[in-house]
Amino acid sequence: MARPVSAVPKPAAAKRAETGAATEGRLVPGDAALLTMLHYMKLTRALEYRIERNLYRQGKIVGGVYVGRGQEAISVGAAMHIRRGGDESHDDIVSPSHRDMAVFLMQGFTPALVLAQYMGRRTGPTRGRDGNMHMGDLRHRLVAFISHLGDSIPVAAGTALTFRMRGTDQASFCFFGEGAASRGDWHEGVNFAAVMRLPVVFICNNNQYAYSTPVSRQMAVRRLSERGPGYGIPGETADGNDVLEVYDAVGRAVARARRGEGPTLLEFETFRMTGHSAHDDAGYVPKALFAEWERKDPIRRFEKDLVGRRLVDAAALREMEARIEAELDEAVAWAEAQPYPEPRECLVGVYHE
Amino acid sequence: MKNAPASRNRRGGPGRSPAAALPAALLPGPLRPMQNPGLPRERLLAMHRFLRLNRMVEEKLSALYRQGQILGGLYSSLGQEAISVGTACALEPDDLLAPMIRNIGSLLVRGVTPRDLFLQFLARHDAPTHGKDGTLHFGNVPRRALIGPISHLGTLIPVMAGAALAARMRGQDRVALTYIGDGGTSTGDFHEGLNLAAVLKIPLVLVVENNGYAYSTPTERQFRVLSLAERGPAYGCASESVDGTDVLAVHAATRRAVARGRRGEGPTLLECRAFRMRGHAEHDDMRYVPAGLLEAWKDRDPIGRFEAFLAEEGHATRAALAAVADELAAPLEEAAREAQDSPPPPPEETLRGVYREAGYEEPWWPAR
Amino acid sequence: MALTTYVEAIRQGIWEEMEADQRVFILGEDVGIYGGAFKVTEGMLEKFGELRVIDTPISESAIVGAAIGAALMGMRPIAEMQFIDFISCAFDQITNFAAKNRYRWGAGVPIVIRGPSGGGVHGGPFHSQNPEMYFVHTPGLKVVAPATAHDAKGLIKAAIRDEDPVIYLEHKYLYRRIKEELPKEDYVVPIGQAATRREGRDLSLLTYGAMLYPSLEAAGTLSREQGIETEVIDLRSLLPLDKDAILASARKTGKVLVVHEDTRTGGIAGEIAAIVNEEVFDYLDGPVLRVTAPDTPVPYSPPLEEFFLPNKDKILAAARRLAAY
Repeated sequence: MARPVSAVPKPAAAKRAETGAATEGRLVPGDAALLTMLHYMKLTRALEYRIERNLYRQGKIVGGVYVGRGQEAISVGAAMHIRRGGDESHDDIVSPSHRDMAVFLMQGFTPALVLAQYMGRRTGPTRGRDGNMHMGDLRHRLVAFISHLGDSIPVAAGTALTFRMRGTDQASFCFFGEGAASRGDWHEGVNFAAVMRLPVVFICNNNQYAYSTPVSRQMAVRRLSERGPGYGIPGETADGNDVLEVYDAVGRAVARARRGEGPTLLEFETFRMTGHSAHDDAGYVPKALFAEWERKDPIRRFEKDLVGRRLVDAAALREMEARIEAELDEAVAWAEAQPYPEPRECLVGVYHE
Repeated sequence: MKNAPASRNRRGGPGRSPAAALPAALLPGPLRPMQNPGLPRERLLAMHRFLRLNRMVEEKLSALYRQGQILGGLYSSLGQEAISVGTACALEPDDLLAPMIRNIGSLLVRGVTPRDLFLQFLARHDAPTHGKDGTLHFGNVPRRALIGPISHLGTLIPVMAGAALAARMRGQDRVALTYIGDGGTSTGDFHEGLNLAAVLKIPLVLVVENNGYAYSTPTERQFRVLSLAERGPAYGCASESVDGTDVLAVHAATRRAVARGRRGEGPTLLECRAFRMRGHAEHDDMRYVPAGLLEAWKDRDPIGRFEAFLAEEGHATRAALAAVADELAAPLEEAAREAQDSPPPPPEETLRGVYREAGYEEPWWPAR
Repeated sequence: MALTTYVEAIRQGIWEEMEADQRVFILGEDVGIYGGAFKVTEGMLEKFGELRVIDTPISESAIVGAAIGAALMGMRPIAEMQFIDFISCAFDQITNFAAKNRYRWGAGVPIVIRGPSGGGVHGGPFHSQNPEMYFVHTPGLKVVAPATAHDAKGLIKAAIRDEDPVIYLEHKYLYRRIKEELPKEDYVVPIGQAATRREGRDLSLLTYGAMLYPSLEAAGTLSREQGIETEVIDLRSLLPLDKDAILASARKTGKVLVVHEDTRTGGIAGEIAAIVNEEVFDYLDGPVLRVTAPDTPVPYSPPLEEFFLPNKDKILAAARRLAAY
C-alpha cells in the first residue's frame, strides 16, 4: 500500500512568498497563497481532531497526544515563509514545537506519516522509537523537538550559526510556547543568537497556559516580547489568531534575518483550546476563557474573511473539507495497516551504523 | 500591533570595531561628582576603612600567591571594591548575602576576619572549609547570614531567591543580595532565578558587576545591550545602572533596591559598572585587554575617588585617611602569620563530612 | 481494610510531614492548582496554602536552586520534577551545589527531589527514563527508589527528615497498579536498608523499583518448576547501598543475579558485581549476572519498549543459566 500523498499539490514555497505583496507596509499573501493557508489550517485541525478525538479514544494511540487546536494560524502563517524545495544551501530550517502540526505538514510530512508516528509504526519518521510530535527529518528541514522545553532554542541558534558561517541568506525558524521561555536554555539560546546576530526567527505561541500554569505565574511581564530589548533585539506581539497578522510579522522578521540583521522575538497571543494533552480536561481554565477565545477561532475568522473577498464560497469550503476528510480516511487506513517495528529494532541506530 | 522597539542602544557585533578604537561599551561613563546620600561621618569613615582593608587583604594574598603559598586561584577585585563594600554596607546584619568571587569586601563588612580569609586561601585546617574548598567558597547562615558560592556562575541566583522565599515563609523581614558578573548573566540560571524572583515577588537584590570582561571575553561578545539594566523590564522587575567606582552611588542604589524588596515589590537588577583592573585570576596577564582601557579607567579608582571626596567635604584629612592603612597593616601581617603557622588538615579529613556525621559539628565556622 | 496505592502513599507521606513540620514545603510545575501531573500533590494547595505549595515557572534549575536556598535557611523543601527525565535540566544545582555544600562548608542541604521515573507506559524517550546512576555517581547525594506502597510512604518520610539531599525516584508504572494496607502509625523506612522480599538458599536476585514484581514472579516459577529457591532482595536505596544485606545473601547462596530497568553500561549492577567480587569472591559458585535494559534510549512503540524492558522471561533465562553453575 503506497503512502498517500497530500491531496493538495504544494506550490513551490519560494513562489508563494513572491506572490505576497506589501500593502501599506504590510505583507499580504496573494490569492493562491491565501487558499493554501486555509487548506493547511483546516487540514491541521481535521487531522488533530482524528488523533485526539478518534484514535486516542479508541486506544489506537498509546502515548501522549498534544494538539494545537486554536493555534493553527501561527504555524501556518509562519510556515508560509519557510523557504524549501531547494538544496541545503537554499532551504531554511525549522524547529517546531509540539503544537505546530501545520509546520510538519507544510514541510512535506503527510498526514499518513504523522499518523504512523502517533501509532508507533515502523514506517513513521522515528520508526516507532519516539511518539507524537517528537519527529524530525532533515530532508524536510525539520529538527525534532524533545520534551525538555527550551532545549531547541540553542539548537536553532546553532543551525543559524552554520548559515552565517557559510554566508547564505537562509533562516532558522524556532517555535516554542511561553512556558519554555522560563527555561535557562531559552535565555542562553536567545542571547547567543542576539550576540552573534544570527538569522533566527523566534516564534512564541503564547497560549496562556503551560499545563495548568497561567502566564501570570510564568513571567512578571505582560508580554513576552518585552524581553526582546533585554537582548538588544526587536520584540513584537501580534494576534496569533489572525493568520494574516502572523504572516506579516513573520515575513518582516525573516527578511531581517536574511539581511543579516539578526534575530527577532515574535510573540503571538492565542489560546490553548484543549487541555495540556488529551488526558487533561483543563478544569483549571475558567470556562469563560474558552468561550471568549472560541469567538476568535482563527479558522472561522479566516474563512469569513475569504468569503468576504469572494475567494471561496460555502460550496468551495464544503468541497475543501470533503477533500481533506477523504485524504484523512485514506491516511488513517494506511497508518493502521502499517506494521509495528520488529522488537529487535530497539537496538538499532543508537550510533552511526 | 503592539511593538516593543529594540533597544536604541544596540551595539555593533563582535569584532566590528577596528582594533585601534576602544569599544565604547567598555569605556567609563561620564564622571559625576560623588554625593553623600546622608550618611553620618563615622559611617563614611567605616566604609573607607573597609575599602582600604579590602585592597590590603588582596595585596597580601597576591604576595602570598607569588610566594607559591596559595595553590588555587586568586581573583582580584582591584577597581571593584566599591561594589562589594557599598552594597554590603547597605544591608542589615540579618539580610542574606552571598558573595561571588570578587567580593572579599562584602565578607569583610559581614565580619569575616582577614585571618579567616588567609586560612581559607592557604587551605588550613582551621579555615572555614577545613581546607576542602578555597577562595570565597564558604558561608554560615545562622551566624553570618552568609551563603557560599560555587564556581558555576549563576547558580547562586535561584539559591538566593529560595533563601529569601524561605525567610518570607517564616515571616522574617529579610532581603537577599547576591552578585553576578557580566559574563554570568549569560547563564540559564541567571534567567531562571531572576524570573522566578520576579514572578513570586521575592525580595532579591541582584547586583551585576559589569567589569568589562569575563576572563578574555569582552561584554560585546556577552550581550547586545549597552547596559544590563535594560534586562529589568524583560523580567518585569526594577533595574538601575550606577557607577560602580562610586561607593556612595552604589550604597544609595542598593538602599533603594533593598527598600523595594522590603515593600514587597520584588527583585531589583542593579548594574554596577567598573573595570577589572587585573587579569581574570592572578596568573592571567590579560594581554587581550587594550592598554587604552586600563588607562581610561585609571582615574576611576574607587578608593582614590572616595578619599578625595572625604577630604574635600571635610570628613577627614588626607593624613588621617593615609593613616588608616598604617593602622591596618600590622594586624593584617599578624593574621597572615597566624594563618601560615596554622596546620594543614589531616589527610583523613578528606573522607569527612560528605554526609551528616554524628560528632562532626556542622557549620564549624565561625566559632561564634 | 482500606488499601493504599503507591501514589497515594507518597501523597500521604508528604501530607503528614507537612502537617507535622512547618518547615516542609513543596515547589514545582503544576503542583498547586493542578495537584501535580500525577496528582501526587492533590489537595495540598487547599490544605496548606500558596505559601507552602508553590507553582513555579518551567525552570527546573531554579526550582532546585530555590530549594537549596530555602534548605540553607532551615526549611525542608520538596522539589518536584514533573517527569524525572527533566532532572537533567537541574543537573548543575543538584550535583554541584546541593551535593557538595556540606563537604565544603558544613552546611547541609536537606532537600528532596522527587518525580516519576521509569517506563512501561509508552512514554517514549523523554517520559520513561531511569536517571539514577547520574546521581549515584555523585558523593553527597542519596538516591532511593521504593517498590511498594509501604516503602513509598516510609522512604518519602525518611527523605524529608534526612539531613542531606535525597533523590526520590517513584516509579510511575507502580503509581496505581499496586496497593496494600499501610500501618496506622507514623513510620519511616530507613535510607540505606534493603528488604528481603523472599527467602531463598540457591540464588540471590537483587533488584529495585518496578522490577521487583517480574523478579518475584520469576522466583515463584523457579521454585514451582525446578525447586530453585531464589532470595529476592529489594535494594530500596541505591546510594547508600545496603552492602551488608547484599553480601550476606551472596555468602548464603553463592550466586548473584542483579535485575534493573536502567540501561546496562554503568548501571548499578556493575557496581554490585564489583562489590561482590571484592568482598565475597570465595563464596561465589558462578559469575554475577545481570538482567537490564539494553544500552539504548527508551523507545515508544509497544514492541520496542517490550523488547527494551526486562521481564519475567528474561529474568528466568538468566536465573536458570546462573543456577546451572
